[in-house]
Amino acid sequence: MASGTEEHALTAGDYIVHHLTHLTSTGHKQASVIDWTVINVDTLFWSIGMGLLAVFLLARAARNATSGVPGRFQAAVEILVEMVETQSKSIVHGDRSFIAPVALTVFMWVLFMNAMDFLPVDLLPNIGAMLGFHYQRVVPTADLNGTLGMSIGVLLLCLYYNIKVKGLGGWVHELFTAPFGNHPLLYPVNFAMQLIEFTAKTVSHGMRLFGNMYAGELVFMLIALMGSTATVGGFLGHVVAGSIWAIFHILIVVLQAFIFMMLTLVYIGQAHESH
Amino acid sequence: MNLNATLFAQLIVFFILAWFTMKFVWPPIMKALDERAGKIADGLAAADRAKTDLALAEKKATDELRKARESAAEFRSGAEKQAAQLLEEARNEATRIVSAAREAAEAEAGVAAQRAKEALRDQVAQLAVAGAEKILRKEINVQVHAELLTQLKSEL
Repeated sequence: MASGTEEHALTAGDYIVHHLTHLTSTGHKQASVIDWTVINVDTLFWSIGMGLLAVFLLARAARNATSGVPGRFQAAVEILVEMVETQSKSIVHGDRSFIAPVALTVFMWVLFMNAMDFLPVDLLPNIGAMLGFHYQRVVPTADLNGTLGMSIGVLLLCLYYNIKVKGLGGWVHELFTAPFGNHPLLYPVNFAMQLIEFTAKTVSHGMRLFGNMYAGELVFMLIALMGSTATVGGFLGHVVAGSIWAIFHILIVVLQAFIFMMLTLVYIGQAHESH
Repeated sequence: MNLNATLFAQLIVFFILAWFTMKFVWPPIMKALDERAGKIADGLAAADRAKTDLALAEKKATDELRKARESAAEFRSGAEKQAAQLLEEARNEATRIVSAAREAAEAEAGVAAQRAKEALRDQVAQLAVAGAEKILRKEINVQVHAELLTQLKSEL
């Protein structure tokens, strides 16, 4: 277990690996790739924290919402809500009383979780180290569990709306007759295609966000490594590259949150449409 | 990148947050937005209505003004006509009074002249008789010529 002060004595590889290790419920690095007995406490803490912050802000705007002249905060939230409402209306044709709020939640939540990337990569891990937590990753969307958890949530919503809109029979019928056609010989092919489609949608949905944020986080760490050399060149490199990457990352953070929301709407919208 | 139970926890958090938003965030904001949209629509409609009302009021005011002007002109011409008539009447009355007075004066003068003539006639007759008496006292008997004198007197 490396503490903050020992880190500088480590090699660059050790530094990166240390920063990419989750604070798990076991206290150790997870040994196997899949282990359902382990929970990433840091991911859960920050994702719940960001989720609560997001819905708290939204709820505050909602509680104080008036139909009169809005304040700046209310107007900002209203712009967001109108944006989500417009998008969901154009994509999902049906009852949107739950879907539109889901899209808003997803956007705000992912945006806030992504924005954790703007904090200096060593800040929260070092504070955690002082409190006795030796590993910590603060960007929940740079954890595959976080993003796949949300994309599986979207998958469950897709399945729910498939059954709700088309009826169980109608959906099963679609599973075996689409996309190639209604013929007994095509049933297995169709069903296989449907399975692949659902799997691909869900995995790519989660993986896209994870990949972007993981790569962004990694670049921040590499930039931080430059500064940790404590030379003039390293310092300047850290400042220049860090600024450029952070500015560029503003785009990525918002864009990825938007893409995640849009895909959520698109997938749920597809569940509303018959082939 | 390892998979573990965090995934399920995240899944549950996802639904809890979404439920919260659906329950407490979305409805009040949408309600406020819809209400504001309604208010704005009402305001625009009111502005439109006010504009037509204004145009209508202006038209009405112009009409009223025109009507007032017309009636004032009518009044004035009526008054002028009446004044002219009154003047005419007064002038006629005056003329009538003046001519009546002249007639009365003329009549009075005529009567006075007649009376004077008569008195004169009497006196002339007496003078004539007195003159004739003086003459005749010398030459003629009064009783003889009295008939002649009376005849003369009536001829005067």
